Amino acid sequence: MARALLTRLISLALSLVVASVVIFVMLQAVPGDPAAFMLGLNAQPDTIAALRAELGLQGGFVQRYIAWAGGMLTGDFGTSYTYRVPVADLVADRIGVSAPLALYALLLTVLIALPAGLLAATRRGQASDWGVMGATQLGIAVPNFWFAMLLVFLFAVKLRWVSAGGFPGWSDPGAALLALTLPAVALALPQASILARVLRGALIDTLDQDYIRTARAKGLSRRATTIRHALRNAAIPVLTILGLQFSFLLAGAIIIENVFFLPGLGRLIFQGITQRDLIVVQSVTMLLVFAVIAVTFAVELAYTLADPRLRRRAAR
Amino acid sequence: MEGPPGKTLLRMASLSLAIHGTPILSDVSLTLEEGRITGLVGESGSGKSMTALALIGLLPKGSATTGAIHMDDTDLTQLAERQWLGIRGNDIGMIFQEPMTALNPVQTIGAQVSETLRLRGTSRAEALRIAREKLDRVGLGPIPLDRYPHELSGGQRQRVCIALAIARRPRLLIADEPTTALDVTTQAQILDLLRDLVRDEGMALLLITHDLGVVAGLADEVAVMKDGAIVEADTTEALFRTRAHPYTRDLLAAAQPKPRPARTVEPAPVLTADTVTRRYGALTAVDGVSLTLHRGECLGLVGESGCGKSTLTRALLGLEPVQEGSIALLDRPVGPAMTRADRARISVVFQDPYGSFDPRWTVRRLVQEPFHLTGKPADAEARAITALEQVGLSAGDLDKYPHEFSGGQRQRIAIARALITAPEVLVLDEAVSALDVRVRAQVLALLNDLRVRLGLAYLFITHDLTVVRAVADRVLVMQTGRIAEEGPTADIFERPAHDYTRALLAAAPTIPAKWLRGDQH
Amino acid sequence: MLIGTVLTALFAGAAALSLFWLPHDIAALDISQRSLGPSLTHPLGTDHFGRDMLSMLMAGARTSIAVALVAVGIGVGLGVPLGLWAAATRGSWLDEVIMRGNDLIFAFPSLVIAILITAVFGPSALNAILAIGIFNIPVFARVARGGALPLWTLDYVMAARVAGKGRLLISAQHILPNVANLLIVQATIQFSLGILAEAALSYVGLGAQPPTASWGRMLADAQTMIYTEPQLAVLPGLAIVLMVLGLNLLGDGLRDALDPRLRRVRM
Repeated sequence: MARALLTRLISLALSLVVASVVIFVMLQAVPGDPAAFMLGLNAQPDTIAALRAELGLQGGFVQRYIAWAGGMLTGDFGTSYTYRVPVADLVADRIGVSAPLALYALLLTVLIALPAGLLAATRRGQASDWGVMGATQLGIAVPNFWFAMLLVFLFAVKLRWVSAGGFPGWSDPGAALLALTLPAVALALPQASILARVLRGALIDTLDQDYIRTARAKGLSRRATTIRHALRNAAIPVLTILGLQFSFLLAGAIIIENVFFLPGLGRLIFQGITQRDLIVVQSVTMLLVFAVIAVTFAVELAYTLADPRLRRRAAR
Repeated sequence: MEGPPGKTLLRMASLSLAIHGTPILSDVSLTLEEGRITGLVGESGSGKSMTALALIGLLPKGSATTGAIHMDDTDLTQLAERQWLGIRGNDIGMIFQEPMTALNPVQTIGAQVSETLRLRGTSRAEALRIAREKLDRVGLGPIPLDRYPHELSGGQRQRVCIALAIARRPRLLIADEPTTALDVTTQAQILDLLRDLVRDEGMALLLITHDLGVVAGLADEVAVMKDGAIVEADTTEALFRTRAHPYTRDLLAAAQPKPRPARTVEPAPVLTADTVTRRYGALTAVDGVSLTLHRGECLGLVGESGCGKSTLTRALLGLEPVQEGSIALLDRPVGPAMTRADRARISVVFQDPYGSFDPRWTVRRLVQEPFHLTGKPADAEARAITALEQVGLSAGDLDKYPHEFSGGQRQRIAIARALITAPEVLVLDEAVSALDVRVRAQVLALLNDLRVRLGLAYLFITHDLTVVRAVADRVLVMQTGRIAEEGPTADIFERPAHDYTRALLAAAPTIPAKWLRGDQH
Repeated sequence: MLIGTVLTALFAGAAALSLFWLPHDIAALDISQRSLGPSLTHPLGTDHFGRDMLSMLMAGARTSIAVALVAVGIGVGLGVPLGLWAAATRGSWLDEVIMRGNDLIFAFPSLVIAILITAVFGPSALNAILAIGIFNIPVFARVARGGALPLWTLDYVMAARVAGKGRLLISAQHILPNVANLLIVQATIQFSLGILAEAALSYVGLGAQPPTASWGRMLADAQTMIYTEPQLAVLPGLAIVLMVLGLNLLGDGLRDALDPRLRRVRM
C-alpha cells in the first residue's frame, strides 16, 4: 500500500512538472517584452533593463523556468507586472472567493444529484424517472453563464432580493454566503444534472448484477438492496465523474465570476490577460492545474478505499 | 442413493407463466419433500430457471402466473412483496450458477453471510458467530470472515453462496446450475456438500441442471422439462431405467455418446510439439509439453481451467512465441513468423458460438476470411458454398448475419470457415462445450464424418471427459502446464495410471451403467 | 430521438442557409431600428444596434456548428487512431505512453487552458477550435480504447489472427466498425459540449471576434443591457439550449438504436 502510494505520488509530481513546462513554454510564446510594454514607448533602455531584472526576466529560457518553478514551490509566485506586488498576495486575496465558491457549488451538486439519481434509478420507467431525466436533460443543455444571467435578472433585477454582483468580503459571513449563492446555484445546476444521470446509469447497471439477485434471494427488500449493495458499487463511476467535475467547476467559476463581478481567481486571470500581466496568468493557471491534479489524486485514493479489488491491485 | 420419503413441503400445482404475453411455462406441477433432492433437468430455454424464480418470488417484471404454489397453508403466488421478504432467506434460500459474480465485490464474506441473519434482528456479534459457524459447515474453516470475494476461488465462492443461503436454515434450498461454472473436481465437492446438507438439515433441495450425470448421482426424484412443460417425472432410478418419454430417451442417448472403438492410426505425424515451454513472467503456463498428432487421428487434450491448455493452443496455432522447445507442422516450424501458406494448413474452431463471429459481417465474408492466407481464389464463392454444404448448411445462408443462426448452426459455420482453406489439422478448442447435449451430439457426428471424408487430423481440447471418450483415439491429460498422462483412450479411461487422471474420472458425474443396460420399458 | 433530429436539423439547416442568404445584413448597424419587437420584417425583432435578431441567430448557428464540428473532427481524427492503436498494443510501452499522455491532458482544467490558448495566441474562432479540439483527443482515444479492449479478447479477433491478419488490418476490419457506435454517440456529446464551450469562450470575449456573429457574444452584449433590454438575453440563450438539447437527445436516441444488446432483444 505504501509503495503504491509512493508510485502515485511520483506520477503526480511528474504530471505537475510536465504541466508547468507546458504552461511556461506557452506563455513564452507571447510576443513582446513585458518590461518595454509596461514602461511605454519613451522608456530608456537601462530603465527597461532594470525593470527586467526586477521582474525576473533575465537569463536564458531554462534559467527563467527554474527560477519560476522553484519560486512556485516556495510560495513565491513572482511579481505582478502591473501592480508591482507579489502575485502570491493577489492570489491570497482572491482565493477566499474562488475556493468557497467551488466548494459551495460542489456541495450543491452532490445534494441535488444524489437524491435525484437514486429516485430515478429505483423508480425506473415511472413518472419520477421521466421527470428527473427530462429535467437533467435540460439542465445539461443550459450554459451556466446564461443561467446565471437569468438568475440575476429574476432575483436581482425583478425581485431585488439580492444585489446583481460584487462581493462584500468575509467580515460578514452571512452576506458573503448570500453573495455566493446565486453563482453557486448557476454553477451547480448543469453539473448536478450530469452527476444525477451518471448515478442513475451506474445504479441501474449495478442493480442488474448477479449479487443483487443474491441479496434479494436472502430476503432483503428492494430498498435495502439498493442502499446496502448497489450504492457502494455504483460509487466508483460516480467518484470519477465527481473528480472531473471539480475541474469543470473551477473553469466554470472563472466565467461565472465575470457574470457576478466576483473578485476571484477568474477575474484575476482575465485582468492579467487584458493587462498583459503574464506572470499573473502563468502562476494562477499553474495553481488551478495543481488543484485539479491534486483532486484527481484524491479521487483515485477514494476509490481505492471504496473498492477492495483495487486495494489489492494497488498493494501488489 | 434413495433418501427417506419425507413430508411434503411445497406443492406447485399447474403453474403457468407468461412474460409480457409470451408463454414461458405451462402447467408445471412439482412436489418437493423435506429431506429429499429433486432434480429438474432440461436444455437451455426449457424454462427451468424461471420455475426456480417463481418459487422464490423473483420473476421479472411483466410476469403473469396462473395456478398455485402451496407451502404450509399459503399460496406463494398470491403473496405481496412485503410478505415475500419474510419467506426469502427464511423458508426458501437460493444459489445461482455464476459464483464469480453472485457475491458483492465490495463487502467481506463475513458481512454478506451475517447480513441475512441481521435482518431478523440478531445482534452483530451473534450474527458473525453464526456466519463463522456456517462457513465452517460449508468447508471454509480456514478462511477468515474479513476476506473479500475476489480473494477466493470459484469453488470457495460457491461455498460462501451456500453458507449465505442456508444461514437461516431454510426448509427449501434452490440450486440453479450450481456447478456448471466449476471444474469437475470442484463440482464433485460442491455436490457432496449439498447432499450432506440435505441429509443433516432435513431440508428439501431443488437441483436445476442440464447435466443428467449430476442428477443421476444426487437426486431422489427427477423431472424432465422441455419447452416450459414437464414431460416426465419419477424417482431417479425408475426414470433412468424406464425412459418412458421419447424426449428423455433422446436426451440420455445424446448425453451418453458411445465410447469410440479402439483403432490404430498409421504413424504419419502432421503436428508435433517438442518440450514446449511458455512463461509469462514468473508463471510457467506450459511446461515442457511434447505431443504428436498423426494424419487422420483425433487426439484429445483434457484438463481443468488454468491447466495451460489455452496457452498451448495459441502456441500450436503459431500466435504466440514459445521460450523453449519447438513446434512443427508438416516439418515446417510453427510460430508468429510462420508464412501464410503454412498457416493455411492449420485452423481452429472456438468454444463460444456467439463471440466467434464479427456481428457485422455476412456469412459469405466470414467464411471466406481465411482466404487472406492464400489469396482469394477465382472460385472463392463456389468453395464457400461447398464448405457450407459440407457442414449441413446451404448457399442460401451466405447473405445472412451470424445472429440469424442458433448456437449449433453457428458452430457449423465456424467449422465451414475452418475448412475453407482445406487444412490438414483442425484444432477444436472446447468446440462443443457451450452446446446443449442433443445439438452437441449432432455436431460431434458431423465432425467425425468430416474427419473420415477429408482425412483431417483433430486436436480436440476439452474439459469434458464424456466427449473425449466418444471422439478421441488417444488422450493427453494436462495438469498445471504439464502432460500428466498420455495413452490410447480406452486405456486412460479403464486403467488410469496417474493420480490426477483417476481423480478426474472419479469426479466426473456418471449415470450408473446398470440403469441403462438393455431396454427395460 | 425524433425531437433531437428535428432540432439538430433545424439549426444545421439555418446555419447552411446562412452561408448563402440572410434575411438582413448583420454588419449594418441601424440605430433607428434598434430594439424593435417582432414584426414582419424582423420576425424576432432587432437588437440594441438595430441588427435583425433572426439573421444574427442564423449566423451564430453557423459559427457554433463550424467550431464544434471541426473540434470534434480533430478529436476523432487524432484520438480514434491513437486509442485503437493503444488497444491493439495493449500493455506495451506505446499503450502506456498514449494513455499517460491522455491522463495528462485530462488533468488540465480544459476551459482554463482554452482561455490560456486564446489569451496567448489572440482571440479568434480558429484558436477557439484548437483549444476545444485538443481536449477532444483524449476523450475519443479513451472511448476507442475502452471499446476496443473487450473486442480484442473475442474469438472472432482470434479467428482473424489465425487467418494471418495483422493488428492494423484487424483494427480496421473488425475493431473500428464495432466501436463505431460508441464513437458516434460520443461525437454527438462532444459536439454539444463544443457548442457550450464555444459559447462560453465567445461570452468572455475569447472566441469569434466581431463582425462574426456568435451566440456567446450576443449574450455578452445583452448582459450589459440586462436592466433595460432583458429580452435580448433570451433568444441567444434559448438557441444554445435547444441546439445542445437536440444534439443530446439525438445522441441518446442513437445510442439506444445502435446498442447491439437492445437490438438483439428486438430481434
